[in-house]
Order: sequence, then C-alpha cells, then structure tokens
Amino acid sequence: MSEDGMDNTTGQEIATSGGTTTELQPGQHPPADVAHHLRRTDSDPRAQARAVRQVAAMFMLSAVMVVLFIVAFVAIPRDAVVSLPYIGPIGALNAAMGITFGLAIFLIGAGAVHWAKKLMTDVEVVEERHPMKSPAEDTALVADIYEVGKEESAFAKYPIIRRTLIGAMALVPIPFVVSLRDLWLQPADVTTPSAELKTTLWRPGTRLVTDITYQPIKAEEVPVGGLVNAVPADLVEVEEEEGNLNARAKAAVIVVRMTPEEIQSQQAPDGENWDYEGLLCFSKICTHVGCPISLYQQRTHLLLCPCHQSMFDLADSANVVFGPAYRRMPQLPITVDDEGYLVAVSDFAEPVGPSFWEVNKS
Amino acid sequence: MKTLATHRRHPAAVLVVIMLGLVLTGGMYAIANSATQARSVQADSLQIEEGKRLFLEGCSSCHGMDGQGADTGPSLIGVGAASVDFQVTTGRMPLAKPGPQAAAKPPEYTEEQIAALAAYVASLAPGPAIPTEEDLDTSAADIGEGGELFRANCSQCHQAAGRGGALSDGQYAPNLMGATAREIYEAMLTGPQQMPVFADSTLPVEEKQAIIAYIDALRTSEDPGGWSLGRFGPVTEGLFIWIGGMLLAVALAIWIGAKVR
Amino acid sequence: MSTEQLSGIERTGAGAATYVDERVGSNSWLSRNLNKVFPDHWSFMLGEIALYSFIVVLLSGVYLTLFFKPSMVEVIYDGPYVPLKGVKMSEAYDSALAISFEVRGGLLMRQIHHWSALFFTVAIAVHMFRVFFTGAFRKPRELNWVVGVTLAATALLAGFSGYSLPDDLLSGTGLRIAEGIVLSVPIVGTWASFLLFGGEFPSTDFISRLYGIHILLIPGIILALVTVHLMMVWTQKHTQFPGPARTNNNVVGYPLMPVYMAKAGGFFFLVFGLITMIAGIVQINPIWIFGPYTPDQVSAGTQPDWYIGWLDGALRLMPPVEWSIFGYTLSLNVLVPAAIIPGLVFTAAAIYPWLEAWATGDKREHHLLERPRNAPTRTALGVMAITFYTVLWIAGGNDIIAVGFDLSINFMIWLLRISLIALPAIAFWLTRRICLSLQRRDREKLLHGRETGRILRLPHGEFIEVHAPLNDTERAVIEAKPDSKPIPIPPETDSSGVRNPKYRSGRVRARLSRFFYGDTIEKPTADQIGHADEHLSDDVEFEKPLLEREAAATVVHDGSVLHKPSLGEDGHPSEAPDSGDGR
Repeated sequence: MSEDGMDNTTGQEIATSGGTTTELQPGQHPPADVAHHLRRTDSDPRAQARAVRQVAAMFMLSAVMVVLFIVAFVAIPRDAVVSLPYIGPIGALNAAMGITFGLAIFLIGAGAVHWAKKLMTDVEVVEERHPMKSPAEDTALVADIYEVGKEESAFAKYPIIRRTLIGAMALVPIPFVVSLRDLWLQPADVTTPSAELKTTLWRPGTRLVTDITYQPIKAEEVPVGGLVNAVPADLVEVEEEEGNLNARAKAAVIVVRMTPEEIQSQQAPDGENWDYEGLLCFSKICTHVGCPISLYQQRTHLLLCPCHQSMFDLADSANVVFGPAYRRMPQLPITVDDEGYLVAVSDFAEPVGPSFWEVNKS
Repeated sequence: MKTLATHRRHPAAVLVVIMLGLVLTGGMYAIANSATQARSVQADSLQIEEGKRLFLEGCSSCHGMDGQGADTGPSLIGVGAASVDFQVTTGRMPLAKPGPQAAAKPPEYTEEQIAALAAYVASLAPGPAIPTEEDLDTSAADIGEGGELFRANCSQCHQAAGRGGALSDGQYAPNLMGATAREIYEAMLTGPQQMPVFADSTLPVEEKQAIIAYIDALRTSEDPGGWSLGRFGPVTEGLFIWIGGMLLAVALAIWIGAKVR
Repeated sequence: MSTEQLSGIERTGAGAATYVDERVGSNSWLSRNLNKVFPDHWSFMLGEIALYSFIVVLLSGVYLTLFFKPSMVEVIYDGPYVPLKGVKMSEAYDSALAISFEVRGGLLMRQIHHWSALFFTVAIAVHMFRVFFTGAFRKPRELNWVVGVTLAATALLAGFSGYSLPDDLLSGTGLRIAEGIVLSVPIVGTWASFLLFGGEFPSTDFISRLYGIHILLIPGIILALVTVHLMMVWTQKHTQFPGPARTNNNVVGYPLMPVYMAKAGGFFFLVFGLITMIAGIVQINPIWIFGPYTPDQVSAGTQPDWYIGWLDGALRLMPPVEWSIFGYTLSLNVLVPAAIIPGLVFTAAAIYPWLEAWATGDKREHHLLERPRNAPTRTALGVMAITFYTVLWIAGGNDIIAVGFDLSINFMIWLLRISLIALPAIAFWLTRRICLSLQRRDREKLLHGRETGRILRLPHGEFIEVHAPLNDTERAVIEAKPDSKPIPIPPETDSSGVRNPKYRSGRVRARLSRFFYGDTIEKPTADQIGHADEHLSDDVEFEKPLLEREAAATVVHDGSVLHKPSLGEDGHPSEAPDSGDGR
C-alpha cells in the first residue's frame, strides 16, 4: 500500500473486486492487496434477489414473533404446562414468551448479518495506523505549559502552600469514613463485636425445643442413632426486629444419641460429663465459615459440612477429622429438668461459628 | 305390642334399652374380634415360619442364624418390621456387593416374602412396625410446614430438591424422587445405614406426613422456568452456560466472520 | 452529494446532524471515525458477547427493580406457589417469588437477567483467553488489559451481589460464607463484619445495603470501566492476525459504515435473542425450591455460581491451618483460599504485560497478533493458569461429581489437592513442547511446502509425496513469526574492570528472557527460503506432467454428471443415467 493510501483519498485508480478499475469515492478506504473472490450474489442477480428476499423475510418474521408474543402474554394462563421433547413438562407461558420474544430479537440480528454478508461489500480495505506516541513538538509543548503553570501559580515557590494542601487533601476524606461508624448501631450493653459473637441464648436451665415446631424434648424419646435439630426455648420470644435470626444463627444445635460405650471423649473437663445418658448436644454452626451443619452419619458419628466438607467426629469431642475446619464443633452441656425434658447446663464453653481474630481471647 | 307400648315409659326402660344395646354390640364385637384375632394369629405364625425359612436361606449368612448379627452384618434384634420392609423393598438387602453403602436396586423378594421376613424379624424383639395406610395418609398434611421441616431435617443431606447428596468416604444420601411414601416413612422411622433416626416422639406422625407431602409436591411440580438441568443448582447451570450457551454464541460469531462464497 | 438526492427522513437526519454539529462540532469527529476499519475474525467478537450480555443484564435488571423489594421485613407467604404457603420469609424473597409466579413475564426477565449475567462472566473469561494467548495485551495495550482485569473482578462482585439478593436458602448460605471470610480478616475482621451487616449476621439491613451496591455502585463502576475499555480500543484501533497485506502499521478489514455496523449491531440482537430463548426453555436458580433463608438450615450441594466456584473449591481444598499469634487467631484456612489466592491471581494477571515486557526487553508497539505457538512460554503460562483455575473449579463442585460418578469426596479432595500442585506444572511443560513442535512444523512448511497427502509413483518406481507451495495466506501467517532472541547476560565488569551496577538485575533478566525465548525454533533465513522455493518449483515442474497424466486417468465426478466416461484404460462407464449430452 502506498503511504497516502489513507482515509478519504480521492482520484486514485485501484483494482476492485470485479477486476475493473474504479475511482475511490471520498470516504472510502483503498482495498487491501489480497486475493478476492466474487460471491454468488455479486455475479448472479437471481442469488442477489434471493438474498434480499431472505433478509426481508427475517425482518418480517421478527414482527410476526412480536404479535405471537402478545398473543402468548394474553392467552396463556400462568400455570399452563407444555411438554417439550427431551426436556419434559415445563411452564408454557415462560417458554412461549421466551421463544417468541427471543426469536423476534434474534431474527433482527440474523437479518442484519445476512444482509451484511450477502449484499454489502466484502472487499477488505486498509487503514493506516500511526504510532500512539504524540509528536515530539506536542510533548515539548505540554512540558512548556506545565512550566508556565508552575511558575505562574508559584506552587514551587511556596512549599508551605504545597505541603499544607497535600496534608489537607489527605485528611479531607476522613469525615466520610468516620460517618460509616454507625453502619452498626451499637447497643449500649454490647462492648465489642467479639464479645457479642461469644454469647448465645443458652443459659443454665434453658430448655431445648425442636426446630420449626418448638416442642420440648424428652430425653428418653430420642433413640440411639437419633438426631434432633433443636433451638433454645427462649428463641420463640425473640422478635424478628430484636434479632431472632441473629440469635438463631448462634444458638442452633443438634442433639444426637449414641450408646455410652460409643462415646470416646467429650469436651467436658476431667471428671465431668456433658452428655445425658448418651445424648450429646453440639453447635450446628460450622467453625470454618459458618454453614449450618446437621449431616450426621449415625453409624460413623461423623458430622459433615455440605459447604466445604469438613468432617467432625461427634463421638470424639467433635474433633476435626477431615477438611478445612480447624476448630472442633463446640459442645453444649445438657441434662434434664424435673419433668424429664432436656435443658442446657450452661452456655457453650467455646465460641460458636467461624473463627475470628479474638476468638481465643477471653 | 300393647305391652311394649304401655311399658315404654317405664323409668327402667331407658336402662334396659341401653343395656341391651351395649350387650348386643359388645357381644358382636367380641365374636367378630376373636374371629379376626384367631385368623391373624394363625396367619402370623405361618408367616413367621415362612419368614424364618427365608431368613435362614438368604440373610443368616451375614446377620447370624438368629439375626443376632456378626462381623459381616449388624444385629437385627429390635430393628422392627419397618426396617426389614425398607431394606428389602428398596432392594438394598440382600447386599449385591460390598461397598461404601448398600445401593437401591429392584427387590429380590415378592411382597408376601418381604412381609414374611418382616414378621419374622419383628418376632425377634419389638421394633418400629410397618406404617399403616392411615400413617401414610397425607391428604390432611400441611405442605408448607412439611417444606420447613424438610429444610430443617432432610435437605442438609438429601438436597433442597430431594436429589441427594454426598456423604463421607463414597457414601451418599440417595435421591428421593423415586422413593414411595412408605419407604420415606420407614427410612425416617428406622434410620437405615448412615441416616439418623427421626423417631415419632421428636418427629410426630403428622410431621412425617407433612414431609412426605412436601417431597411429593417436589416430585410432581413442573419446572415453570423450563428444563430443570436436574435441579442440581449452580453447578449444572454453569456447565450449561459454558457448553450450551457459549458454544452457540461462538458458533454465531464464526458465522458472522466466515467468508461467503 | 447534494441535499436534493436525499429522502425526507434523510433530510431530517442531516438537519439534526447539522444542529448538533453547530453546537459541538461533531461532524469532524464523525468524518474521521464513521468509516473506521475493523478487522474481521470470529475471536474478535468474544469481547462483544461480554458487552452485549452486559447490556442485556442492565435492561432486564431495570425491569426487575420495578418489582423487587429489597427488604428483610418478615412476611407470611400467601402466593400461588402451594409448597411455600404459610411459610415465614423476608419481603425480598416474597417479592422474588411474586416475580416468578405472579408477574407475567417476570420469570422470563429473572431468567434472562441470571443467564445473561452468567454469559457476561463466561464471555469475559473467553475474551481474556483470546487477548492473552494472542499477545494482544502488549504495548500499547497494557493499560487496557488492566482495565479488563479490573472489569473481570468487578463482574464477579456484580454476580455475587446479585446471587445474594433474593434471600433464598442458597443465596443466604453464600452470604454466610462471605461473612465467615470477613470475620477471618486479621485485627479488624469482627468490626468489618458488624459494620457491613449492621450487627451480627444476618441482621435486618444487609439486603437493602447490598441492593444499592448491586444496582448502583457496581454497575456504575462497570459502565465507567467499559467506556474506558472501548475508548481505548477505538483510539488504538483493533489488533489483527498476520496475513497477506496485514502489517504492524495498518488495519485490514471492513469499514464501520456499513459492514461492521451491520455485523456488530446484528450480533447484539443475536446474543440478546439467544439469551432470551435460553431463558424461555432452560430454568435457572429455582429459588422456590431452595426455600427462604434462615441461618440454621442448609441444602446439600450448596454451590455458588460458576465464577465464584473456584474460590469455594479453594476453601474446600485448603488444609486446616490456623495460627495463634500472642493469643490472637489467624485463620489461614480461610484467608489463604478466599483472600490471598484471588488477590494473587488477579494481581498476577494485571501485572503480566509488564513482567513479560521486562523479561523480553520488548519495547515496541504491537498491533499484529502473535500466534500462540510462537510464544511458547506465554502460552504455557496461560494454560498453566487455566489448569490451576479449573482444578479449583472442579473442587467447587466435587460433591455433585462424587454423587454423579460414585466417587468418595475424601478421595476427590486429596486427588484435587495433589492435582492443584502437579497438573499446572505438567500443563506448562506439555503446552510448551506442543508449541515448539508446531513451530518446527511451520519451519518445515516454509522450506518444503505443504504436504498434500498425495503419493506419486515415479517412472523408475520410487514413491514420493507431492508437496504443494504454500498459498499467500499460509505463507504470510508463518512468515510473521517474530525473530525473538534471548537477551545475553551483561558483562560483570566493564573493560576498565569497574563492576557493572546493573549486572545482577541484568542476569535475572537474561535468565527470564531465556525462559521465554530460549528454545524457540529459528525461522529459515530469506536465503534458505529462496533456495527452498526454487527447489519446490523444480519439483512442481517435474511432477506436473505426471500429475496431469494421473488426472487424465482418473474419473472426475462432478455432481450427477459423469464426464469423459470413456477416457483411460480403467475408466469404466458409469451406470448412472447420463444427462443426455456427450454420448
């Protein structure tokens, strides 16, 4: 290509697709020096007419699809079901709207591309590139302007202005950051987040009740191999605005029963037992990143987290036997009250839920 | 009839009628009941005999001659008829091959044979019985509550759509979509394999029915949004967008860029 | 062109253009840009898929804001979906259910929104592969590469924030994990978590906070970055693959007006239509099945969307490591996979153009793309990164895979832990070998022509394979291979014995340079090629009569008409009826 074979060159004779020579129009780039083959639509008027018909048909079909979409929207009931091959029964309204609307859009695109490919020019043209770097005189000019500005503002002359400005600018975002403090409206009785994370609803004598139905649990009603998802009885009284879910997120527990011989160890200090006749109670919130876990395998006594596959051996102090969790699942000491219902002896001895910086600080 | 008409206002008449009624119904009940009892006792003992025969043939090699258990299989004393019915109906027992866990397959025994086996094992020691028609009647069940109970007690292993999930060491919680109401009920009652037991005391009959009704709703509900991709969630969706969606889009791009003849 | 030739509507358009031009001078800009040339290649459209799916995300997202209520206020469900009747849930989840079951077209829009979000992330990944493996990130496009990497990271945030909004069991579990990750941050973790969530997890503020982030902040950032991204592409002009007439100083392709406008504009409709049809017949994120979120419930197979899957996988593969520092706890089992690995991956991606430029000492502008085989080390590094990512991604779905293929998750975790270290190394070595072999084949082709696969028997009985000369395109593509030589190690001391201060860095650089270019197969010299061409044309001359004779003896079938059926000894007449002529 010649040096001046650029945008808007006029009057230059070049070879085009047909092998004939024509003048370059204003606004036309010169064709690239590559082999070019005629398309059927270039040489055959019938092929050309067919392509025109195809493009127009696609656009027209798109309009038809819009009409069908409206028909579907109005006519198909929301719960109608249609059975598609290989897919099975699915919602008819969604399928009908998706297909008609989708085709209405798709056909416009297909028509446009078909038009471009068959009927618009397919002669590849050349445009020259220029280095991204600015000409040296422009760069010099920028430097000059900067010098003048520096001189005229006396920015360099009075360092005190420069330094105080930089200092002020550095400090000015602080009010914005400080105002973020009340993203957490700290209740008066809460000292730090970590203190809040370390307490749960469980108190000495709090009854364990079944999740969802809130029924107290009789110790003898849980068979060996049994599992009960439980929460503290007080949870029912915590209103949603008072943080029912927050309390639930820390207090949820599981109760399992094994024969006392199966229990190898417990988290209780020496000489104590935190189980009640083989009934063991553990936090349900994973110590890794907090998924609730109650995948209890009753034969192997493993508790498995479905999120990241940590495994805890409930027969052996809920120690980690596999997976990414580091801390064991905290055990809740339990016993029964006068009526034979399961109650907590105290709160958890270890923080429940994911680890954090202050988790082991008292 | 005159005597009756004159005496019917006698103070003792009411008492007489009541007594008569009680004696009649009581007597008829006693007769009927003794007849059925006699029949069922007879049937039971026959069934238990047949069950014992089948047990010795097909189960005792692993579970011991008297179902007391061995190294090869757990004790069946006290597991109850429900457990036998579940294990054998779903084809999990007899075990096809040793593996991480017994897999479901077509049952190897007929219904009568399974009933006989169940009766025999139940005769060894009391245990959970096979649920009755009444237990499995979900017509009055609260599906909404069933869903909540399902998500609290079941979905952690069987997945929110009941499609099953992985447990440790190659074991798994099976897909529930092929399970019958009776199998689900029995599984909750007996805790087969790694599944914990959800006894009637902590998960009463109505709640079990609600859970079964919810699983049924999951099974029968269509997918309003289209092909469900197995209801496995984001993993299959991601696979679809890469394999289905992106390939189609790239094919379109290739069409746009391709030279025309 | 005079105005008389214009139709009424064109005159209106011209009038409007003049009106605007008189106020902002737009016509000068248009005159330079309206016929801008864009090279045509399917792989250049991958970025467009990302752009278009983002537009679809915006459009469908605006629709969803009309119906979605970002509130955690508790309500009792009373809608048409029976299995949730009477269940307590947040207003956010309730409104998402209403969009799915009550608003006509709501489910379609939700599914368009979600599918196009997935499309967006997939297209970004694929576009990034194209740019990386063809070296399109090299000078002068390093800055745009960084914009692109930032866009990729922002797209992940956009996706995750949206995934978490409907407040179903799956999205809530995702948030719980995010909170666990925030908690693991040293020193400020608990405070950051409490400020973010407005107290303990899950609190009652987070959905509305996330909503603002999802519909305003993140799309705003993406829009700004996309604008910069496109403006840079525009001013720098698109790169092109090597080929005849294509040089580092030109662009060969089609003008914006009309061809590229029709193709690129049409492609928008194609992508939009495709996504809409998928949303019509393939269900995504059936939130009604997962149920409302409560922090003590979970579903087996809980997974994030695919683009976060690799981080979930990293969390699964990480061994349990927690350090105690003066009684304080550093949860490396969470920090490493969830913060350090993504941080390293995105940083490494962002600075790669400068690393490579420094190592190779390449300061030139590059507008001609490099074939992946011609940069074996880069290609191998890319495949290595993809392998690393893929192993993590598989780990993110290992429970689904375990159930589907009867495997043990314990076994899979160990296998993947080992694979995460071993497979990228193997992939690097293997890719590099393959690239170098392909380079060798290219050299062969230049010297001996293309193997046609035709075997010819010479009169004296020898068999030879016919080699054909390369066509223009093949030759131009192969010859465009740059001559890249490793930088030599600078001398330790200069001639007067003074120690070279740049010796140390120079030595590192020479090593890196050898790492990049050390094994590259040398291109034949012009002399060798000339020689080979002569030889090849001799061969062609020699083979020509033989080939002609063979051709004459071969029955040529063209459509249904059999030509020259009687020619040649073994040319037997066809049994198919002739068309009637030439017999």
